[in-house]
Amino acid sequence: MADDINNPDSGNTGKKNEEDMSTSSLAAVAAGRQSHAPATQALGVGLEARGVHAWFGDKHVLNNISLDFWPGTVTALIGPSGCGKSTFIRTLNRMHEFIPTAALAGEVLLNGEDVYAAGVDVTKIRLKVGMVFQKPNPFPSMTIAENVLAGLKLAQLKVENKDDLLEECLERAGLWKEVKDRLGTYGGSLSGGQQQRLCIARSLAVRPQVLLMDEPCSALDPGSTLKIEETIQHLSSSVTVIIVTHNMQQAARVSDYTAFFLSDGGPGEMVEVGPTSEIFSRPKDKRTENYVTGRFG
Amino acid sequence: MSETRVIPAKRELTTKPRLSDKVFRGVVTSGGLSSLVILGLIFVFLLSEGFQTIKSQGLYFLTGSQWNAVVTDAGTIDTKQSHFGIAAMLVGTLICASIAVIIGVPISVLSAIFLTFYAPASIKKLMITIIDLMAAFPSILFGLWGFFVLGPSAEYWAKLIHKYLGFIPIFQMPADFYTRSPFVAGIVLAIMIIPIVTSISREIFSQTPLDRIQAAYALGATRWAMLKTVAFPYARGGIVGGTMLGLGRAMGETVAVYTVLNIVYQINWHVLLGAGGNVASLILLKFGEAGPAEVKALMAAGLALFILTLIVNSAADAIVNRTSKGGR
Repeated sequence: MADDINNPDSGNTGKKNEEDMSTSSLAAVAAGRQSHAPATQALGVGLEARGVHAWFGDKHVLNNISLDFWPGTVTALIGPSGCGKSTFIRTLNRMHEFIPTAALAGEVLLNGEDVYAAGVDVTKIRLKVGMVFQKPNPFPSMTIAENVLAGLKLAQLKVENKDDLLEECLERAGLWKEVKDRLGTYGGSLSGGQQQRLCIARSLAVRPQVLLMDEPCSALDPGSTLKIEETIQHLSSSVTVIIVTHNMQQAARVSDYTAFFLSDGGPGEMVEVGPTSEIFSRPKDKRTENYVTGRFG
Repeated sequence: MSETRVIPAKRELTTKPRLSDKVFRGVVTSGGLSSLVILGLIFVFLLSEGFQTIKSQGLYFLTGSQWNAVVTDAGTIDTKQSHFGIAAMLVGTLICASIAVIIGVPISVLSAIFLTFYAPASIKKLMITIIDLMAAFPSILFGLWGFFVLGPSAEYWAKLIHKYLGFIPIFQMPADFYTRSPFVAGIVLAIMIIPIVTSISREIFSQTPLDRIQAAYALGATRWAMLKTVAFPYARGGIVGGTMLGLGRAMGETVAVYTVLNIVYQINWHVLLGAGGNVASLILLKFGEAGPAEVKALMAAGLALFILTLIVNSAADAIVNRTSKGGR
């Protein structure tokens, strides 16, 4: 596997376009990354889903998901299309209720408190649990700098030194070097991958505790994907990252834990969760094994 | 590297269109051009009919305000003694239309925001139907309603405005006469332009890209903050465009204004005073009893309105092009 490494920085990113990677090589990738999960488990409680069900109208789309996200870790949610991964992460920052017919049961605890409790200000939740979407969505009428700081304006937050925050967020998103000389140009002038990192920087500016990423690389080319993955690696020391991905190599490369979701035509369920290296090397469930070996999905 | 590279001549890129394509192209082109041709013909007609009056009246046509046709014994118009000036009418048209826009557009934009982002589905459907119905309502009914129902109430509001804002020149009252003022006509026009401005604004608000709305919410935005930073910048150009359509309608509206407004041949900037002007209403007012020469003068007035509308719309287009860039 070491022969495949084409990026000395992260030291664990395998070659692209290896659609037919075997379980063992995925497991090697997963094992190869330096997981800091065990060390950070003592940091605090973080985010927990407790028996989450979700509906759209009468359609039951998510069945009884309980999952813990430890601070400072990256958790990947994998599974075939339509298994409820995206729906699930949207329940975590209450973007789920954005859809008119959406309904929910169960609890989502952030630092031990239910985000769906009566009297909770939903905008506060979304400040703590940020989100990066599938398609890069910078605000086109704003400059790069304005985009990064948009959250402050939207949530009416005050910051002492905006320039420092701007640089810090762009730095953490791995975009600073590329845009520092053109902060005043419009966000839409960037490439797709740069736009997505701009969106990550924008999410970081409101100092979220958790960052949800809904297939953040699915609209990007391999080079940009690599950059985003590096960004995720750097972020995971300060932010809990939850990433939905269709790309199993990506899950193996960036995550500490992997949860496998599946729908057999009914509501989506979580088949298995565990340390990423175990999910890819010795999954407990036969269905997980079939999926990660590419036998279906 | 002194090697010279041979650059080939550019090839002409052509496609042989199919017959069906050609036919359809012809149909679409003629459809597209027909409105332009019709408008051009109307312009030529007004120009040829009105040219004589403009020539004989000279600058007075635009700067004067008197309108009297003096008929000689022979039954023709005495061009020396007749006066055809439309200054008061042009000013009055702009005043009424401006009042309509100032009152109508905020109401329309708020309705559009309510319908797009706040209204429950059932109310939304009902309201859209009612607003569309308003657009199809005959203008004479708006005029009659304005005359009988709105007029008396508006007089009361006008008195309040005069009492508290009378220090502003346009709200001063040279005489105590509030009936049938440009203010009342402006309110009637405002109600008449609400449907078109609302439906265009609503259309553009509903096209606000979902991913930007979600991005704003995901950053902890309240609905108001989302509207301000995402939806409004996106919709601004469309709202201006809708406003211009409304303005065009307000400037050209005839019967309703004719019913409500007291037409006086004198420039009047006091919007609360019961004396106003309106080019289209002038034409309606005079057309029935006008002799051939006066009809030509009315055509000239029509030409002036045509050109004024054209100027306002082009100015509006320029504004739209400037303001809508950032939002997209």
